[in-house]
Amino acid sequence: MGGGTEVLQNLNPRLFVKCVDRAVTEDDWNENVTDEFDSREVFDLIRHINDPEHPLTLEELNVVDVNRITVDNEKNKIDILYTPTIPHCSLATLIGLTIKVQLLRNIPPRFKIQVKITPGTHVSEAAINKQMADKERVSAAMENIDLIQTINKSLIEVENHYK
Amino acid sequence: MIVSVLVFVHWLHATAKSLFLKPNRSLNGVVPMSDLNVKLELIESLKGHTGKVWCAKWNASGTLLASCGEDKTVRLWGTSGGQWKLKTVLQDGHQKTVRDLSWSPCGKFLATASFDGTTAIWDNLGGQFECNAALEGHENEVKSVSWCPSGNLIATCSRDKSVWIWQVENDDYDCAAVLNAHIQDVKKVAWSPEGDVLASASYDETIKMFKEDPNDGEWSNVATLKSHNTTVWSISFDKTGTRLASCADDGTVKIWRQYLPGNPEGVGTVDNDPTWKCVCTLSGYHDGPVYDIAWHPSEDLIVTAACDNGVRLFRMEPESDPNEPSFSLVAANYAAHSQDVNSVKWHPTDPKLFVTAGDDSTVSIWQVT
Repeated sequence: MGGGTEVLQNLNPRLFVKCVDRAVTEDDWNENVTDEFDSREVFDLIRHINDPEHPLTLEELNVVDVNRITVDNEKNKIDILYTPTIPHCSLATLIGLTIKVQLLRNIPPRFKIQVKITPGTHVSEAAINKQMADKERVSAAMENIDLIQTINKSLIEVENHYK
Repeated sequence: MIVSVLVFVHWLHATAKSLFLKPNRSLNGVVPMSDLNVKLELIESLKGHTGKVWCAKWNASGTLLASCGEDKTVRLWGTSGGQWKLKTVLQDGHQKTVRDLSWSPCGKFLATASFDGTTAIWDNLGGQFECNAALEGHENEVKSVSWCPSGNLIATCSRDKSVWIWQVENDDYDCAAVLNAHIQDVKKVAWSPEGDVLASASYDETIKMFKEDPNDGEWSNVATLKSHNTTVWSISFDKTGTRLASCADDGTVKIWRQYLPGNPEGVGTVDNDPTWKCVCTLSGYHDGPVYDIAWHPSEDLIVTAACDNGVRLFRMEPESDPNEPSFSLVAANYAAHSQDVNSVKWHPTDPKLFVTAGDDSTVSIWQVT
């Protein structure tokens, strides 16, 4: 892993149309209405994450999509499926980890977050999913300075977008 | 095939006995008392750590409780006026998360395993606990440490796939063996009560047993226990060392039994080494990974720590066949912590107490009544 690969994995990624911003409703300002987490809210946290090799967001590359996010407020579960741009992408683990770190930092701890590869879209799907689901290895990765710097770089754009 | 039949039989048995066994959110985290004959009472909730608490264990006499976690500290808790209070914070021993700890049988030493790749040895020979030695050699995160019952050996394991055995002699620690039997990240090491067998659990989905050859002092892998199809997070021997409980990422718990060469059941053995066979699988009880398991020091009771915030107590049916034992859920708290429960350990002398540690920064002491 590591973002600075010399040879691009995917030379000509297909671009996708970005979705419109979330509509603000009256209820958003009403203190008496409980705002439950929904897939759009989770999507807004991850759509602007930068791809590790292209100056494009995960949304523009269709790596993440609002329809592949499931939020269960009652069971405190958030499930995300992400689609690597090519089935051999060696950066797939890094992208998944970046999504996971972003959510661990921004979602209340009551939620159990599962980040998995969209079935059938990567050759090492099972191995990557297993690694991503191992919270001990994710915790250790988050203490790895080189890795967390790479991840933070991908997350800077998200911060900038909402400034 | 045998395993799946056992699972089914067990499931039938469990379902017929009581429908409440299935985890159910509507119970609001607590199993109705009328349904279970055993209660779990929260005695103490110890706060002080920041971030995840990965492990909490009592010393051999049960007078001191040590906990460690993401904040890189080790906290020692003791009783005063009948209440558990923070006694000391041990810091600066590790640069990263402290994942696991193990007391020496004499209680004077404490070993801590860290993501920084080292195992620190703390001792209170000078009146208070200080870090006076570090065991180095693993290539990356040390995941578990276990002090053997006689006190002269320490086992450590790491994400570097190896298990190391260290010889303890007059405060000197020498590597006695590097065991490379696993093909993935090793999660846990545990000594049998006699201290002659070391068991390890791994991300490679197996459990392995190691033994020293009395002739040449060489340690080798004498058994591989295969049945879990996901990461095995933890293992715990029963008091006799002839049975082992294991817990895995898919929520299953397995009970393994040792069969000696020439056993009357006719279970085959190789090279005069015992065969370990899975004799019971508990599935359907945990919703997701089970991170730790502890066999009671004197009874056939097993307690689990799970990612669904729950703590569950299982008891072996006393009448059941030891070759096909059945375990029933006798108590549970599905909201024991507000996040994942990472560790569970029985008190060494009070048979009613156990301690849990969780991602919610809390160490909890429970009483079984």
